[in-house]
Amino acid sequence: MSTDLTPPTARSDAERGEPKPKVKAATVWLDGCSGCHMSFLDIDERLIELAQHIDMVYSPLVDPKQFPDHVDVALVEGAVSSEEDLEKIKRIRKHTSILIAFGDCAVTANVPSMRNSFSVKDVYQRGYFETATRRAGVPDQVVPKLLPQARPIHEYVPVDVFLQGCPPPADVIYGLLTDLLAGRKPNLTEHTRFGR
Amino acid sequence: MTPEELSELAVAERQRLDRLAHQINVCTATACHASGSEAIKTRLTAEVRERGISGQCLIRGVGCRGLCTNGPMVSVEPQGVLYQHVTADDAPALLDSLASEPVSHIQAPTDDPFYTRQHRIVLEHAGEIDPEQITEYIAVGGYQALAKALYEMSPADVVDELTTSGLRGRGGAGFPTGLKWRTVAKALSDRKFVICNGDEGDPGAFMDRSVLESDPHRVLEGMAIAAYAVGAHEGFLYVRAEYPLAIKRLTTAIRQARQRNLLGDAILGTPFTFHVEIRLGAGAFVCGEETALIASIEGERGSPRPRPPYPAEVGLWGRPTLINNVETLANIAPIIKNGGAWFAGIGTEKSKGTKVFALTGQVKNTGLIEVPMGISLREIVFDIGGGVPEGRSFKAVQTGGPSGGCIPDELLDSSVDYESLTRLGSIMGSGGMIVMDNTSSMVEVARYFMEFSMTESCGKCIPCRVGTAEMHGILTRFCEKRATERDLALLEQLCDLTRHASLCGLGQSAPNPILSTLRYFKQEYLAALESNQPEEVGAAAEEGRS
Amino acid sequence: MTVPPARIRTLTIDGKDVGAREDETILDVARENGIWIPTLCQMTGLSNIGACRLCLVEVAGSTKLQPACVTRVEEGMQVTAHSDRLAEYRKMIVELLFAEGNHICSVCVTNGHCDLQWLAQRLEIDHIRFPYLYGKRSVDASHERFVLDHNRCVLCTRCVRVCDEVEGAHTWDIMGRGTNARVITDLAQPWGESTSCTSCGKCVSVCPTGALFEQGKAVTEMVKHRELLPMLLTMRGRQR
Repeated sequence: MSTDLTPPTARSDAERGEPKPKVKAATVWLDGCSGCHMSFLDIDERLIELAQHIDMVYSPLVDPKQFPDHVDVALVEGAVSSEEDLEKIKRIRKHTSILIAFGDCAVTANVPSMRNSFSVKDVYQRGYFETATRRAGVPDQVVPKLLPQARPIHEYVPVDVFLQGCPPPADVIYGLLTDLLAGRKPNLTEHTRFGR
Repeated sequence: MTPEELSELAVAERQRLDRLAHQINVCTATACHASGSEAIKTRLTAEVRERGISGQCLIRGVGCRGLCTNGPMVSVEPQGVLYQHVTADDAPALLDSLASEPVSHIQAPTDDPFYTRQHRIVLEHAGEIDPEQITEYIAVGGYQALAKALYEMSPADVVDELTTSGLRGRGGAGFPTGLKWRTVAKALSDRKFVICNGDEGDPGAFMDRSVLESDPHRVLEGMAIAAYAVGAHEGFLYVRAEYPLAIKRLTTAIRQARQRNLLGDAILGTPFTFHVEIRLGAGAFVCGEETALIASIEGERGSPRPRPPYPAEVGLWGRPTLINNVETLANIAPIIKNGGAWFAGIGTEKSKGTKVFALTGQVKNTGLIEVPMGISLREIVFDIGGGVPEGRSFKAVQTGGPSGGCIPDELLDSSVDYESLTRLGSIMGSGGMIVMDNTSSMVEVARYFMEFSMTESCGKCIPCRVGTAEMHGILTRFCEKRATERDLALLEQLCDLTRHASLCGLGQSAPNPILSTLRYFKQEYLAALESNQPEEVGAAAEEGRS
Repeated sequence: MTVPPARIRTLTIDGKDVGAREDETILDVARENGIWIPTLCQMTGLSNIGACRLCLVEVAGSTKLQPACVTRVEEGMQVTAHSDRLAEYRKMIVELLFAEGNHICSVCVTNGHCDLQWLAQRLEIDHIRFPYLYGKRSVDASHERFVLDHNRCVLCTRCVRVCDEVEGAHTWDIMGRGTNARVITDLAQPWGESTSCTSCGKCVSVCPTGALFEQGKAVTEMVKHRELLPMLLTMRGRQR
């Protein structure tokens, strides 16, 4: 899969001397703690610089509720853990050019995978009965059903870039995005690793 | 005992047997034993006593005749009558018939290709002599080869004879036996060992068990000759604890051989000393690997270590050690007796002699067979084995157990020898041969063997320990028809890694069942891909395995 | 008395001409010459067992890959320690370890001080291609000073060897087969009930991961003292 973020149309536009259209970006939050999103925000003032090249079309940080038909780059945080996650990731893959597994939960299933040695029944038992302080019971509405195990994204759909870290450092996220915008292939293991 | 006394005893014993009008041989090896042969023997013995014909009619338990599927087997000699599916109730009729025509309803044909196409060297006495009587082995020429080696040959002569014979290891890898012996003979040490590897662990294989149960002295004689040739004075027989009958008979055989001065100190009146002990394996497949077997005898956990150094140099307790498989050692006495050139006259250019196979699976005649090297797989499956049962068609034959591969119909005319089988992506192995018919799924077959390799991996090296588990997981996805193209690619990568990076031969050969089925039956893998399945709602939700 | 002259062998590693004493291994010589070969089960001061297979190298004229830690040098040997094929195998081996255990770096006491984590980074592993096995493994916290977490054990047997070869207690051993293999103390009793353990802590210091750690340590706090073993052996007067 290509890691060149410049859409073909943009290339011809650039040749015609027209301004380069912005890259359509999305961030997604599956089974994770949102720490990766926090780290993303830690890019701080450089966000303003990025915003000149990027249009955030879908994210927990912006308004749209439906994943768009076309996204150039999607940063997906979290493991695939529930039926909803699975549906989402399939749709994201279908409508995204560059899918980035964003952080350890997306790359390795990380902390969410700690439930994998136990059955879903036991997990529910622990979470909704043994440790419940009031109204014990498994919610059957709104909360999506858990899959048997939490697994990394690439076990379900192809992933283009793996960004490790728990969470990935802000500098590395920024570096990755600027590399992609410049059409460079980033070498991430130089800067981050599992658990960083 | 001197060689003269040995010959005299042989003559006397033969004369005693020749005076008998009938010898009734009841198979008491494991398969027939399990279908009630002991009761037949007891009943026959009682009947003979009652009829007062004990003087003319000998009832004895013998080893395996091979056609286990038709057991219990009974033969009447010297008349050459063979009976199958015998029950204890057949005893009176059987004895009544001695003077007249054989009992028709249980009579077995002796001209069946199952018998006529075989060539028995290793199994020549199996089913002919009582394995619990050393005198019977001596009567058929037993221990004469040892006497010949000790009195007429130098240790180097013995090694030369082995080299001339072209015998190769029957345990699986096919290493030239003469070369192995020469290496150990050359090693300088005040103490050397000979080990007989009887840790037969392949699913569906029972060659070694049958040899040990039917003709234990043959193996002991081979070990003694080997010890003489390489300069060892101590030997170990490593046998699986799951083979109680073989262990019992070996124990008896060792005791009897010691009493007759054929093992122990001053063997046959010479200064040659050789002591043998039995060691029981605890059922780990990996202990068939020589360095793991050595560790097990030493009392350590049975895990292989990197080679070199080879056991020939640094073996049991750090001393030079010769390790040969049961069948290899059973070939030694006839080679010394008849000469290496005689043995080299049987088989193909590079694979000499015969090979014992345990023929099982979807074939009419299941059992133990011995065939000359170079015979075609088709002859084994269709002539000796009688083909697959009615209404089904042949699909593949699996040789070499978990380290081997599946050979399809179109390659059945290939010759059975070390090189040909390796070229086909399988191996000779120790001799398991499983026939599969058109109802077998080759992906399931691969998964079965991978499950075996996964659970039997010793866990020491990572490619084998985790690689087999991952391959098993992926094959399971194929069996459940939810594998993807990515799984197929991963499977091939894992085969490559496990094959080239594992520590011992078991890991290195563990991917063979996958590689050979991918080679000949890839369409079955492709048909099992998720993308080739009818759309099923919710299938994806099953993805995560619990 | 004169010492017999040491026989010297010359060979090449990755095209570089190197000299070695005949009793040295390819790994010894490579390290001496600044050629990095990844290792995991190997630890200087302990016996070499060739188990992890990370140090496999290509030797010209042989179709089989050789573990550098136990392969002696030979005259004229041409060793390839780095090739695309070896790099791929090494990656796969480390990936298999991650897939086998339940290694969750972010909550591990040894995060940042772990040989496995470091190997993954050095080998440029950014994700694990093989399906995670998620085996059910236990934690033994019965010892008053140390904890054994089987989830993080890679079965390198450094603990088994250091306990047997250096401490002389042989508390540790391996039990079970395949992915069910486990390190055990004594005859698979809880560590805290071991009568042979001297609580010396050598096993903890040589453990490459967070499988063995000190009680009370939190995430990233378990720094391993790798210098302990070489120092101890020097103090005891071992030359090499």
